[in-house]
Amino acid sequence: MSAGSASERRRHPGLNLHESDAHPSDGEVVFGFWVFMMIDAVLFALLFAVYASLGANTAGGPGPHEVFELRPAAMETLLLLLSSFTFGIASLAMKYQRGMALLQGMLALTLLLGLGFLGLEVHDFVGMADKGALPQVSAFLSAFYALVPTHFLHVSLGCVWIVVMMVQLRMSGLDRITRTRLLRLGLFWHFLDIVWVMIFSFVFLRGLL
Amino acid sequence: MRIEALAGPWLGRLSLSALPTDSPVAMGAALVAVLGVLGVAGYITGKGKWRYLWREWFTSVDHKRIGIMYVVLALVMLARAVIEALVMRLQQADAVNRSGFISAEHFGQLFSTHGSIMIFFMAMPFLTGVINYVMPLQIGARDVSFPVLNSISLMLTAAGAALVMISLVLAPFSTGGWSGYAPFTELRFSPGVGVDYWIWAVTLSSIGSTLTGINFAVTIYKKRAPGMHLFRMPLFCWTALCTSILMIFAMPALTVATALLALDRYLGMHFFTSGGGGNMMVYANLFWLFGHPEVYIVVLPSFGVFSELFSTFSAKKLYGYTSLVLATMTIAVLSFTVWLHHFFTMGQSANINAAFGIATMLIGIPTGVKVYDWILTMFRGRVRFTTPLLWGLAFLVTFVIGGLSGILLAIPPVDFLVHNTTFLVAHFHNMLIPGTLFGMIAAYQFWFPKAFGFRLEERWGRVAFGCWVIGFYLAFMPLYVLGLEGMPRRSAEVFDEAFRPWLLVAAGGAVLIVLGMAALAMQLAMSIRHRDRNRVRAGDPWDGRSLEWSTSSPPPEYNFAKLPAVQGRDAFWTMKRSGRAYPPLERYAPIMLPENSAIGPLLGALGLATAFGLVWRIGWMAGLGTAGVLVAVIGWSFVRRPGRTVDERQVERTETRWHAVLVAAVPVSREHECDPRNRGLADVAA
Amino acid sequence: MQHTATEGHAKRSASRVGLAAMPARAAIFAVAAGPVAAAERQLLVQAAVLMLFVVVPVIVLTPWVAWRFRRRNRRSAYRPGWDFSRVLEVLIWGVPALLVAFLAVRVWTQSRALDPYRAIDAGQASAAAPLDVQVVGLDWKWLFIYPDQHIATLNTLVLPVGRAVHLHLTSDTVMESLLVPRLAGQIYAMPGMITQLWLRADRPGDFVGENTQYNGSGFAQQKFVVHAVDAGDFNRWIGKVRADGDVLDARRYRELARRGVPAAPERFGQVDADLFGRIVAKYHASAQVRASTMASRATGRTNDAH
Repeated sequence: MSAGSASERRRHPGLNLHESDAHPSDGEVVFGFWVFMMIDAVLFALLFAVYASLGANTAGGPGPHEVFELRPAAMETLLLLLSSFTFGIASLAMKYQRGMALLQGMLALTLLLGLGFLGLEVHDFVGMADKGALPQVSAFLSAFYALVPTHFLHVSLGCVWIVVMMVQLRMSGLDRITRTRLLRLGLFWHFLDIVWVMIFSFVFLRGLL
Repeated sequence: MRIEALAGPWLGRLSLSALPTDSPVAMGAALVAVLGVLGVAGYITGKGKWRYLWREWFTSVDHKRIGIMYVVLALVMLARAVIEALVMRLQQADAVNRSGFISAEHFGQLFSTHGSIMIFFMAMPFLTGVINYVMPLQIGARDVSFPVLNSISLMLTAAGAALVMISLVLAPFSTGGWSGYAPFTELRFSPGVGVDYWIWAVTLSSIGSTLTGINFAVTIYKKRAPGMHLFRMPLFCWTALCTSILMIFAMPALTVATALLALDRYLGMHFFTSGGGGNMMVYANLFWLFGHPEVYIVVLPSFGVFSELFSTFSAKKLYGYTSLVLATMTIAVLSFTVWLHHFFTMGQSANINAAFGIATMLIGIPTGVKVYDWILTMFRGRVRFTTPLLWGLAFLVTFVIGGLSGILLAIPPVDFLVHNTTFLVAHFHNMLIPGTLFGMIAAYQFWFPKAFGFRLEERWGRVAFGCWVIGFYLAFMPLYVLGLEGMPRRSAEVFDEAFRPWLLVAAGGAVLIVLGMAALAMQLAMSIRHRDRNRVRAGDPWDGRSLEWSTSSPPPEYNFAKLPAVQGRDAFWTMKRSGRAYPPLERYAPIMLPENSAIGPLLGALGLATAFGLVWRIGWMAGLGTAGVLVAVIGWSFVRRPGRTVDERQVERTETRWHAVLVAAVPVSREHECDPRNRGLADVAA
Repeated sequence: MQHTATEGHAKRSASRVGLAAMPARAAIFAVAAGPVAAAERQLLVQAAVLMLFVVVPVIVLTPWVAWRFRRRNRRSAYRPGWDFSRVLEVLIWGVPALLVAFLAVRVWTQSRALDPYRAIDAGQASAAAPLDVQVVGLDWKWLFIYPDQHIATLNTLVLPVGRAVHLHLTSDTVMESLLVPRLAGQIYAMPGMITQLWLRADRPGDFVGENTQYNGSGFAQQKFVVHAVDAGDFNRWIGKVRADGDVLDARRYRELARRGVPAAPERFGQVDADLFGRIVAKYHASAQVRASTMASRATGRTNDAH
């Protein structure tokens, strides 16, 4: 657990930890998670591609202009970006050992922002449904409801993960397992942020402007 | 009737009418399946082995046991799918200008299960099992990077296979083929549960394969023994790496395709429907974006196996190692650029067709290079015609014929003529039977002694080989002819008298292949019976070249008491020649191994329940299954088990026992490789 | 609906009346009866012969090398460390690369020359304009509409010998694929879209046509006969169909479109002018799309009509 030689550092370049905290197998776990993120990225890329090829097929139903609203989408973007920022502070708190209170507090704040995002999105979906923009109406809406709710589902799982993480941090403090888990949760959370920025640009902005 | 009405809300669309009572053939198959399961379960109960199986196998996270379970799953599914193939061949031979002995509907299910099983539940588990067993040993690791994840992958794949098996009894399965083309598979045209069986079985297996891809790739990147540089790895590990990378990038396309199809079917959405703005061409693109790399996922590991075989049984270094690595990588990359050749006939522009046709042909270059590299490996070697090598030789000769027809199909105007005909069927069987199945059977023959400590009987192996190879040629060469004459694939009936003799020959070939399966079973049975005669516990029956042969047979659970220090390619071969192969006994350090875990079987069972609930619209079952998965995963994240320590005394005992075997064994020359004198210690003096 | 067997019947007792008329053949290797199929077959043979340069050496060398260097043959050289030769390396990468390069050029030119959307010359026999035929794939039958002659046929396609034929295909069910092996390669027919195929029969005769894309239990029986007849007979046939064929209106079409294998080919002497357009348009919600689909019929690739 105390390894920290130069070669060790080279072997685990993806570990954003103090070298003294790294364990040889941590690199494996984090690398594995990177690969998993890549799979998730391919998944979203495919959903974007489906949206791109079906997005124009409104089949007589409402189009982007009738169903999208820029203001809540922008609000959601803001919340998610903020949550990435708060998670960043949490990661720094872990790396530089600035105390559990800051770490837990930032995680809680991230969770709140995430929940806020989810709440706004639910409100969006309900609003769309009220306008008759249901996934069964057209290929455009089917593709929309495949892409955006998949992201929604990811964020929901991320929120569950944050809760689990906070409990585990409380139970066993910052040890090897919780450290790398927090690291991976961070990867996941920032990744979702990036995907959302794509959704915001390619779905909402492109649809409305 | 009343019982069904009562059960209705609880059982979704499931009722007694799901039993395939309308067809004697289907009913017979269902009975065989049920009796088979009952028989095996009864046997295990009679022997009192449930506890043993659960503790030592189902919950095991040892890559070797998981590998063996994968291969067993693959062999069971192979048996079913081969029999289905025979039924189809007999039907076509029978149904010339009459309807034959099975219904068109049943025929549709047969080619759909045959294809789905062969790809998802035979080829994939087989290669995953072989890689699981061999790769960690070859790179000098004690296990894969994520042993528990490995068990989860296995159990998800097994759950998918179980779902396909259940569809035999609670019928029907899909008639949409292994590719499940929309809109035929949409609710409007396939209203039954068949397509749903296909969707969820395939989805379970693809999730399993995705996780496997992560696991293998990370293992190869991170777990190599000291000195095992990437370019010192045995070629099989390279192919395993490329296959894993392909799994990582290709599997999500399948998951997306099946998931969107499910959304269409379950929620009435419009991805691939003909109305509502849906577009079936999106499905074709998504499916083949997965489907073409999939071809290389199942072929590359066999290429790795053959590389090991030709080198080992020629007692010579692999010719053109770098070339072969390069060729493998090239194939892996190019495999993502050719998917459109599966639908040249969809009406896109000639330029697009030509571009994809040329890209397809480009793959022929590295493949051709490989073939010549293998021949040159035998050149100036000392070739031993053992059973595993025979499969390799048959592969070389047969595979290039498939390559020829593949190049023809890559020419769009030629494809227009023979696409969707039995020519296409002949072509891909001509690639996949030698390219995947022969490789996997050869791998099974080659590494069986490693896994179980005794060799397989050569004689029955040769019989099986003869039946398979002759059977293959008889079964598929006529299909080329019929395809050139325009006989569509998937025909339950034939309306041209001139086709009959060719179909009869093909049916005869299928009979031979089934006999080949029987011979493989016989080989296994006889080998178990005469195992004492064929013991090779010292571990190196073939004068092997890579590290897996440096362990005892079967290897200890920790693989290596001390991680080997690798100094070049063909690590074990070099060690043997320099006298460093079997280091003396010494003081050992305790070894940490992961603990067995029930999470794999649990997630498999929950996955199966969810899928079954979804197929039959049993809401509570699907809901509980999904919730169960979530709870199980979260619960699992709270379990902290440091792993199990094999203490130094135990390691020493195991190693001492093996050393006694080594000392007692007489080094055997290659002359006596296949007779009882071979105890697994190679004579390297000659 | 009396002519159409129900789906249930299709399984076992589908009447083979309509199929009994399938042209018999003397030999298994039938020759191409039109320039498209002939060119495609020729390309196939050429490429196969070329590929033999790679394939035959492997088939010969594999057993020869293995036997020549068998363990017992102590006369042959044994060099366990030999694993590279620059000359051989250049050869085994170079020869396949050259072959593929040559084939690639052929693929590029021939894909364009034999593009199914590309008009073929009208044939030397007549200066007549190409014959337009609209093809509708149904479960499990083919409907052929002759828009300029205002007639239609079910499961029979009568063509004048020597005249270019321009098929416009769509489907009113799942994806299907039309293939007449002796005349031309296949093309998919998809609902809501129009694909095209050009072909020409250069000799009179009866040829099998079929669907090659699986579409359910009647799939194997979805065959039809192509009668290639000379121009005079063709015109006489048109006149006869006009005189005594049935009427194909919306109601009759709905009956035809139902799942089933027809008992016998049918002929319609009177067809709704816009039938084909309506079949395509019904998969598109707005009238606007419908108009654009129709307009693009003449202009080119319309299968991406969305």
